[in-house]
Amino acid sequence: MTARVDRRRLVTAAVFAAPVAFLTVFFAIPAGTLISTGLRDGGTWDLGAVVDVLASSSTRRVAWFTLWQAAVSTLATVVVALPAAWVIGRVRIPGRSLFSAVLVVPFVLPTVVVGTAFLAVLDRGGPLGHLRQTATAVVAAHVFFNYAVIARTVGAAWLAVDPATEEAARTLGASRWLAFRTVTLPQLRPALAGAASIVFLFTFTSFGVVKILGGPRIATIEVEIHRVTTELLDLRVAAVLSLLQLAAVVAALVLYRRAGRRRGGGRLWAGSSGLRRPVGAQWVLVAWTIASAGALLGIPIASLVWRSFDNASGPGLAYYRALDTVGRGSVAFVPPTEAIRNSFVFAFAAATAALVVGGLAAIGLHRLGGRARGFADGSLMLPLGTSAVTIGLGFLIALDEHPLDLRTSPILIPAAQAIIAVPFVVRTVLPALDAVPARLRDAAASLGASPWRVWTSIDLRLLRRPAFVAYGFAFAISLGEFGATVFIARADAPTVPVAIFRALGQPGALNVGQAMALSTILLTMTTLVMLVVDRVGDARVGGF
Amino acid sequence: MSAISVAGVSKSFGATSVLREVSLDVVDGTTVSLLGPSGSGKSTLLRIIAGLESPEAGTVTIDGVDVTARPTHERGVGVVFQDQALFPHLDVGGNVAFGLRMRGVARSSRPQRVAEVLSVVGLPGYERRDPATLSGGEAQRVALARALAPWPRVVLLDEPLAALDQLLRERLLLELRSVFDTLGVTVVAVTHDPTEAGALGHRVAVLLDGRLAQVADPGEVLSHPVSAAVAGLVGHRNVTDGVVSDGMVTCPWGRFGAGGSADGPVSVLVRPDGVTSSPDGDLEGVVTGRIFRGGSAFAVVEAAERPALDVRAEPGWHVGDRVRLAVDPGAVHVMAR
Repeated sequence: MTARVDRRRLVTAAVFAAPVAFLTVFFAIPAGTLISTGLRDGGTWDLGAVVDVLASSSTRRVAWFTLWQAAVSTLATVVVALPAAWVIGRVRIPGRSLFSAVLVVPFVLPTVVVGTAFLAVLDRGGPLGHLRQTATAVVAAHVFFNYAVIARTVGAAWLAVDPATEEAARTLGASRWLAFRTVTLPQLRPALAGAASIVFLFTFTSFGVVKILGGPRIATIEVEIHRVTTELLDLRVAAVLSLLQLAAVVAALVLYRRAGRRRGGGRLWAGSSGLRRPVGAQWVLVAWTIASAGALLGIPIASLVWRSFDNASGPGLAYYRALDTVGRGSVAFVPPTEAIRNSFVFAFAAATAALVVGGLAAIGLHRLGGRARGFADGSLMLPLGTSAVTIGLGFLIALDEHPLDLRTSPILIPAAQAIIAVPFVVRTVLPALDAVPARLRDAAASLGASPWRVWTSIDLRLLRRPAFVAYGFAFAISLGEFGATVFIARADAPTVPVAIFRALGQPGALNVGQAMALSTILLTMTTLVMLVVDRVGDARVGGF
Repeated sequence: MSAISVAGVSKSFGATSVLREVSLDVVDGTTVSLLGPSGSGKSTLLRIIAGLESPEAGTVTIDGVDVTARPTHERGVGVVFQDQALFPHLDVGGNVAFGLRMRGVARSSRPQRVAEVLSVVGLPGYERRDPATLSGGEAQRVALARALAPWPRVVLLDEPLAALDQLLRERLLLELRSVFDTLGVTVVAVTHDPTEAGALGHRVAVLLDGRLAQVADPGEVLSHPVSAAVAGLVGHRNVTDGVVSDGMVTCPWGRFGAGGSADGPVSVLVRPDGVTSSPDGDLEGVVTGRIFRGGSAFAVVEAAERPALDVRAEPGWHVGDRVRLAVDPGAVHVMAR
């Protein structure tokens, strides 16, 4: 019997070998180097840099702005998206599920595309031109980006609330509003708190959107890290800032998990649908919700696409035609079409690496039990709490020395993107693996299948779809990845988001137009990938 | 000879002891029903015979071979699971052929065997169906066909009919019995339902708190349960405490022959069909409720200072009626306490 147990342990350890090696080289070592860069000076511990950075007024200004823009963005998203959650969870109208599906589009868009789309809306000289480079623009883009998180998470929770509880309150004398406030809202609170925490985390660590929309005056910690690194070349201060960022994120995640534990298990309601046809004034709210969601989500995308065609000589393909040339006035070292090719190659490599590493990690986690699993799961999720900018900075600092001198290696960018995608792969594959009923494995074993054949004929077969979904999601993440890539992309090998960013940094209508055209192409690529993923797998991605 | 022999098997999960030195023999070609309430350890015993759990002590022998250390897939037992556990990614034919595939049966000869067992369970031509489209009864038959396909020496059923409605359950019970008789397989069936246990098993093994309380043929367990707990499990309600002295048992319902029980405290069972309405009966009470059970009417008769009696209702009885009852001494059964 012990022989069997030992072999099981051995197999589990072997399964973990590759993920551990990958995460050590591309996450633990960069993170460790980052810490020692920030906290050590010439071989000894020295907190001088930390004190200096924390005491500086610019740090305090940036930290304060990061905090309050995240709070305001979260609150605004909740207020704007809550009616949509109601439509998804309570209203019976044709096209309800289509409405819910369309809402996801902004969330899967690369941050650079979101930033560029809002630049298109706030066109210089246009009616909203005065909002360029303001906090308002940043908050609006954050609402656009995170709308689906609130609408869909809370909407799903709303769908799971037994409408009989609200009806019972009504028969006991509560008005419609009072019944909502005292009976329904408390049942929605866990989902609402969870979704709002996620939005806060996303907006707190926002980089691409702020970098593009904020201009020189507005910076989050993430943007400041990039500025300090690239403009002041002060890696020490950058390292301290990313440690500060990391500490804040970890604190937020701990609070989130604590809150989650207290949330407990709400009874899942499996009765008949609680969807009702709207009555009277409810129609107005439904119409307003759908119209405002359409405007909020549609106008930026439409503006972006329009601006990509609208050039000096009227609508046309001029900006697109210019993409395969190194244009006059363009500082791109390579034609932007090259960036599209780079993005695809990197995304294939990164998604493959993420699927192998994340898939093996999920299998290993599935085999572990109890405390060991909790610990391993937490460690594997660390990259999720680490911002992309921190990962990029870590790569920049750590992987430039023998034997890890990978500065010129083509695997650098896919490795960084894979590190970012791995947690999503684990979160997609692991639940699917856990959901394989143990009885199926028992049944297969009783029919004569050895453990290996149980694995190949049951588990692997049932994992095909989730694995495909995870691959597609990792691919989309890599296509749009900006925060880490911008640190390590070589000048002669940019990805599409990096090329967009560089083009926006240059003067001239052609550069801006090219950025719009590239953003439209990236928007199309990402949407296509997600459409295929959605068609093939109905598995839930990364928990959303 | 015994096709299955369980000897001195013990198992605990953490600090909870689930099975304590259980020994059970199943004669070749017969069916034993393992009857017990939930938590009695009956499913664990089944999983130990199947090799899905390993015992802490004791041995499992199948056809004279000690298989205790053998993994499930080398035991050659067919298992029908409570929730069927059909493979969702395979059609019905693929499910039934799975065991043949695992045992290396040539691809070309599988369809014939699949068709054969599907018609044995009454589902000929179902090969291409998706398991998700099957009704509960059909899914259960497919699960049975899948277990039977690789010619198992032994078939194990875990609450095979628990998920089905009453009518379907009875029909399937009789079908199962006839399939097993036709094939001559050895069967262990786990159930919490005494009707199911009686209809399916040549013998019934009653498991209580991880111990085998009684192993006997179904009629014997029903008419002569060994303890108040077993009597309760098979559905008896008229059980109370009594004392035996001088060959007679005294209990709140009267004084009867003790049937050779030794002196001392005992449990007394009065079977409801032995209690009749009689104008000069010794027991007087009030009808406090009427219950329909299996097509007959029963009544609960209560009297001061006595436990209520569950009896067959007379046609004219109404709730609140005062009645007199006589107890047939032959319907009294004395059990050790």
